[in-house]
Amino acid sequence: MARLNVNPTRMVLTGLKKRLNTARRGHKLLKDKRDELMKKFLEIVRENKALREEAEQKLMQVHSRFVLARAEMNAEVLEEALMFPKQKVELKASTRNIMSVDVPVLEFHAESDDESDIYPYGFANTSGELDAAIATLSELAPTLLKLAELEKSAQLLADEIEKTRRRVNALEHVLIPNLEETIKYIVMKLDENERGNLTRLMKVKDMMLEQAHRYKERYMAEK
Amino acid sequence: MYKIGVIGEKDAVLGFIALGFSVFPAENSEQAAETLRKLAQDRYAVIYITEQTAAGIEQEIDKYRESRFPAVIPIPGIQGSLGIGMNGIRKCVEKAVGADILFRE
Repeated sequence: MARLNVNPTRMVLTGLKKRLNTARRGHKLLKDKRDELMKKFLEIVRENKALREEAEQKLMQVHSRFVLARAEMNAEVLEEALMFPKQKVELKASTRNIMSVDVPVLEFHAESDDESDIYPYGFANTSGELDAAIATLSELAPTLLKLAELEKSAQLLADEIEKTRRRVNALEHVLIPNLEETIKYIVMKLDENERGNLTRLMKVKDMMLEQAHRYKERYMAEK
Repeated sequence: MYKIGVIGEKDAVLGFIALGFSVFPAENSEQAAETLRKLAQDRYAVIYITEQTAAGIEQEIDKYRESRFPAVIPIPGIQGSLGIGMNGIRKCVEKAVGADILFRE
């Protein structure tokens, strides 16, 4: 692993140790975040899948009825029948916070609660299939909305998980080992300096003693 | 107040008018992309788009993946599901987990 390009001094060492501590704590927190995000994501995406299957199947029913209605009715009449919607929907969108990811929450209100109010046409000129199609579709509306909500949430969470995972990996495999290695290098270097210093001092002491007492000369003279 | 938009072939989206959704029939990809761009700037929180139409303008749709609104949701068109919606979920799972764990069975 690459060592950081720093001076091997005690001050840098303290700084690095602090950084290592922060990195370790951040790593742990991010790992927890990732795990929790993943848990939530899997819940949402499972529901998402089930809901989509249901919605697609129901929508195909609507389409098949609609095709029948088209076959029975004149295209112009059909379009005319649907031209002016009676029903109005109001969509309220807010956000919910899942592990610091803002996911949308959609709520919608139909303007009138009366279920028969969805047909914007008189029944005289239109086929029954159209009624059935519209009825199924209006039943499907909350499902479709929920689907939109879940699908967007899943997408946003997936993005966030990817980001978090990248951060966790960067900390775990790059930053923390680098810091550790650099700290080790500085400690070794400082120890080495310490030892060097000690030997030098001992040597100097020896030399000074020699100068003061002239051990060698005396030894020679005694001989 | 937010709105709900539907883009797609006329036959497939006509019914949504009755629900009070805003419906925009699109004949070709350029028109669909144009409409999508316009709706995204307006206050549309959800835009449903039929898969037949979505198939041509995937790049355009991908632009809105990361923003919170609008949610662009593919729905099956009149010819049945092309699997684009399901594929989206699968891609999502692969992105998050690293492997497809939902659809393997």
